[in-house]
Amino acid sequence: MLAERGDALYLVARNQARLAAIAADLSVRGSPRVGSEVLDANDFAAHEPMLARAESFLAGYDTVLIAHGTLSDQKACENSVELTLREINTNGLSVIALLTRIANRLAQRRAGTIAVISSVAGDRGRGSNYVYGSAKALVTAFLSGLRQRLGKCGVNVVTIKPGFVDTPMTAAFDKGLLWAQPERIARGIVRALDRQSGTVYLPGFWRPIMLVIRAIPESLFLRLSL
Amino acid sequence: MVSRVVSSWGNVIRAPHVVYGLHSRHDSFPILPNAGTVLPFGNGRSYGDSCLNVGGALLQTRSLDRFIHFDRDTGVLACEAGVLLADILRLAVPEGWFLPVVPGTCYITVGGGIANDVHGKNHHRAGTFGCHVRQFELLRSDGTRLKCSPTENPEWFAATVGGLGLTGVVTWVEVQLRPVSGPRLDVESIRFANLDEFFSRCDELERDFEYTVAWIDCLGRGKRLGRGILQCANHAPQQAASGPAVGRKLSVPFAPPVSLINAVSLRAFNTLHYYRQPRRRRQSCEYFQKFFFPLDRILHWNRLYGPAGFYQYQCVVPASGAREATAELLDTIARSGSGSFLAVLKRFGSVASPGMLSFPREGVTLALDFPNKGAAVERLFQSLDRIVSVAGGALYPAKDGRMPGELFRSGYPRWQEFSHYIDPACSSSFWRRVTEHA
Repeated sequence: MLAERGDALYLVARNQARLAAIAADLSVRGSPRVGSEVLDANDFAAHEPMLARAESFLAGYDTVLIAHGTLSDQKACENSVELTLREINTNGLSVIALLTRIANRLAQRRAGTIAVISSVAGDRGRGSNYVYGSAKALVTAFLSGLRQRLGKCGVNVVTIKPGFVDTPMTAAFDKGLLWAQPERIARGIVRALDRQSGTVYLPGFWRPIMLVIRAIPESLFLRLSL
Repeated sequence: MVSRVVSSWGNVIRAPHVVYGLHSRHDSFPILPNAGTVLPFGNGRSYGDSCLNVGGALLQTRSLDRFIHFDRDTGVLACEAGVLLADILRLAVPEGWFLPVVPGTCYITVGGGIANDVHGKNHHRAGTFGCHVRQFELLRSDGTRLKCSPTENPEWFAATVGGLGLTGVVTWVEVQLRPVSGPRLDVESIRFANLDEFFSRCDELERDFEYTVAWIDCLGRGKRLGRGILQCANHAPQQAASGPAVGRKLSVPFAPPVSLINAVSLRAFNTLHYYRQPRRRRQSCEYFQKFFFPLDRILHWNRLYGPAGFYQYQCVVPASGAREATAELLDTIARSGSGSFLAVLKRFGSVASPGMLSFPREGVTLALDFPNKGAAVERLFQSLDRIVSVAGGALYPAKDGRMPGELFRSGYPRWQEFSHYIDPACSSSFWRRVTEHA
């Protein structure tokens, strides 16, 4: 959608072949300039040079979307401190490392938008996926504070909270009524960027659902297996 | 790996399938447990069982939705096989390019267009979809990737075009688009009183118009047999370039408990529709979506037939004897009182189809929907089968859910040659059904 509007784009991802395919696709769809670079988000030392290259390619960026993550294997994490910390690193700390730098850059310019894909899983830790959930909760809380700080200098921070989305990350799950297609989430993200929203649940029906989930008293919550 | 109930467009056949997905053209063919079989599945617009593999698995290709390159000067476009024709048109029309062949819906994947070697209202000029495919990559279950074109691996090209997904999965495709000056067409509607008048007008109209198709009143009998309206069109010259019209879409949110299309509604509709067209020729200028894809405006129109679903019957009869065979088909249908709004008649031209199992061949094609009323409909189909068989014609696998094996084998004499190219891990309900007693 952004390509069709004629936005110049700089893409950063782990997988070289997929990245090249996406860059070519966005170029065909109408983006006048598409740059790309391979990066593992956990390589913190590489963040600064990557941001500098993005800055120079785009002659200054105004919108940043952070969308990387892995779906943690909760059971495996429960038995491994190392795996748990690695997952929290990927889904939580690496995002924060990037945000710290990006926030300062945009704050200097006093303009721009930062959007980060968090998750409904971060709204309340649940027994079935709290390693992933807690990393996302970290991100959500960080963004909330960042929004308050940067709001004073004209920079908007969008927290995107999708529910269940049918993507390669969730390929192994049976899909029911609550599952959404990536295109629908994408439209929601673009709308949120345009409207300069704060926090968005995608699709919208997750907002009332999470309101209820958050409101359930702990004594009752303990008896549910969510 | 998940299991899901999948049905084809006719909503008659629905069954649970294990579903695999391909997310990028670089992904590998899935590994199937226990010598199972899989069938590539695009957007599920086939009506019968040619897109299903009951008891086996499906390989969804809709995530193969990336464009690869588009040369805006030459009209050569390459994309992954899960891209919809609708996506191509949305990209290409504002740049002055159009697909050289489009079927009745733009919501099919490019891979599906190849697998069924689809045809359009301009078959008499442009042939089938496969005629405009420059090359594609075929991924086999053993990991081999074959680049196929009319000159490179030509036998694999000919097997895969019209090959119903059985030779493996197509990952990416390169097509040659044709230039247009905008999204509009100059359309003429001409009423004709019967089949003889249809045939007598065809030569002249096919000479003057790139696109021609006739809607037929399938309930007309006697001297009204085969009365209808011919719709002819050319791309409008010299338009200001603009994007395709984005109309509001209607939707049928759920299937009504009974079919809304029945003997009463059909007769009323057909009469109204025929007389709406005045006797003189009527001209108009239309956006391409309205002329090519009138039904796409109604999402899930297939639900109008109710929970029992519907069958589509599409046959082709060869040019010599076409007039008699078509008259006999229409008369048989009229006497049954069954039928649909969507009776379509078209003459196929002499452009050869590139696939071993391609449906279009020189002659006349007739397509109708029938609400699924069980045994009565099947008896009608058997009478129609006899007429088609005697005439030396064939039925269209993309629309079919019940053609007898002998009719398939007689209509597609290269089926045995084709079977050598079938991937050992690929199979479909359709193929098993029509080759069962061979």
